[in-house]
Amino acid sequence: MFLLKLLSRNAFRHPLRTLLTIFGITVAILAFGLLQTVVSAWYAGANASSSTRLISRNAISLIFSLPIAYQERIRHIEGVSAVSYANWFGGVYITEKNFFPNFAIEPKSYLALYPEFVLAPEEKRAFLLDRKGCVVGKKLAERLGWKIGDIIPLKGTIYPGTWEFVLRGIYTGAEKSTDESQFFFQWEYLNESLKKTVARRANQIGVYVIGLKKPQSAAEVSLAVDSAFRNSLAETLTETEKAFQLIFISMTEAIVVAIRIVSFVVIIIIMVVVANTMAMTARERIGEYAIFKAMGFQAHHIAGMVFGESLFITTAGGCLGILLTFPVAGKFGEVMGNFFPVFQVDPLTLQMDLAFCLVVGIVAGIFPTWRAVRIKVADGLRRVG
Amino acid sequence: MPGSPEQQVIVTVNTVSKAYQRGNQTVPVLEGISFEIARGEFLALMGPSGSGKSTLLNLIAGIDTVDSGSIIVDGVDIATLDESDLARWRAAHVGFIFQFYNLIPVLTAYENVELPLLLTSLSRRERRAHVEAALDVVSLSDRQEHYPSQLSGGQQQRVAIARAIVTDPTILVADEPTGDLDRVSAGEILGLMSRLNLEQGKTIIMVTHDPRAAEKAHIVRHLEKGLLTDVSP
Repeated sequence: MFLLKLLSRNAFRHPLRTLLTIFGITVAILAFGLLQTVVSAWYAGANASSSTRLISRNAISLIFSLPIAYQERIRHIEGVSAVSYANWFGGVYITEKNFFPNFAIEPKSYLALYPEFVLAPEEKRAFLLDRKGCVVGKKLAERLGWKIGDIIPLKGTIYPGTWEFVLRGIYTGAEKSTDESQFFFQWEYLNESLKKTVARRANQIGVYVIGLKKPQSAAEVSLAVDSAFRNSLAETLTETEKAFQLIFISMTEAIVVAIRIVSFVVIIIIMVVVANTMAMTARERIGEYAIFKAMGFQAHHIAGMVFGESLFITTAGGCLGILLTFPVAGKFGEVMGNFFPVFQVDPLTLQMDLAFCLVVGIVAGIFPTWRAVRIKVADGLRRVG
Repeated sequence: MPGSPEQQVIVTVNTVSKAYQRGNQTVPVLEGISFEIARGEFLALMGPSGSGKSTLLNLIAGIDTVDSGSIIVDGVDIATLDESDLARWRAAHVGFIFQFYNLIPVLTAYENVELPLLLTSLSRRERRAHVEAALDVVSLSDRQEHYPSQLSGGQQQRVAIARAIVTDPTILVADEPTGDLDRVSAGEILGLMSRLNLEQGKTIIMVTHDPRAAEKAHIVRHLEKGLLTDVSP
């Protein structure tokens, strides 16, 4: 108790210096938390993927399609519980700034394979019955102010023309990590239109989503699917949903690495700042440490005072930083919702924040403690007065 | 000063030498000093600057170590103690009074006096009783919650004295205790130290330049160039 009182009073002996240092740590922890959350958001799709789903795409490239006829053959492969499919539509709502992922799907089987998209039964029924119907995530609907029944026009970039959809349902995520910013409509609507306009592009799908009876059979089923279409005009490449998502992340790996490096650099910088503060503090108090030693206090007592003060400052700044991370990340997530549909502070980030507070506090206290502990009482006392 | 002559000796300084290293040069500070201090004695060490009196005081107080010779305080040869043992010994046996009071500015008078007791096994209640008694001795009971910056120089030195006596140490060492005080405050502090010596039998070793301060001592030893020159009265 006495030590805590001494630490807190010592810490605020130079209030401005201490407050500026605490502010620096707060900003550093906040920056670290946000940058780590950005990295987590980058991986959100991969992390939210299910181990019971496989994605099968054209082996040459994702931009090439697969025939719809593969569906039945895949369905009969051992270990497959269900098959659905989807096309990346790439539609734009009014302006490209309103970006959101939009897919043409086979609604019944797709929604069955993605139970994390929770839709009210009546909305689901309305969607299934309306070929021009669409469902969107709650976040997307809120962002663009859509209500059930609204007509939503999308300008096709891959499939030319303006496509109109009727909003039939708004899904919510079963989990926090579920992406609530997607737009789904009936593949049949796309396909029927293509049959009339560009017949050669009809009856083609972008990816198959394959449900597994057992997650452990992922490797065997992947192999079986790809073997089934080997030497065909459109060979498949089948992988787990997570591996599929990671392809997109790997395209931007350099950015993720850069963000990670910057987040750690921020921590190193603040470590130097705190170390400087503590070094100044210890230099100013060398005489006092000598007085403590003269009275019989020993090296571990002095070390406790210096480390304690250092940790007091870093913990205060760290806690403030962590507390601020939530509202700032919330606001950041709102503003950057187009790019990061799932933007949540990971518990691991908070643990890292706390760990860094401790590490910075300890590292910053090492040199001052070493000096304070080594000072000879008689030498230290000569500096007083 | 009751008891037999053997019992009366509390500090024995035996052929103590001490030198400091300045660059390549060895500067001798004390050369073969020997003397004894009796229990309950009030000793003043006088001498010009650089004569070695503060060094001698530091050696007796166990905050510096001898190059040769021995210092026995209350039967303990402190030159043989390692750093940890010496720290424990100081906590139990030495009370310090410094020229610049050396109070911890962020602690109240009460907390400053309580500091040395934190190294003991006393309970909080027992510590409170000791601190209040010590502050009462220096007539500062009404200033317990004041910070050093809210006290005059004389009051701060009285708090320092309370801190020095709160553990009931074997010896009190004072290095120029009136050096930073005006005449009136210096008189009060010397009066207080005399009272502690006479009424409570505290053994006091004081380094001073001030002849008026030395007058309060029973014995005055003079040092010059690291050697004891004479004893008075």
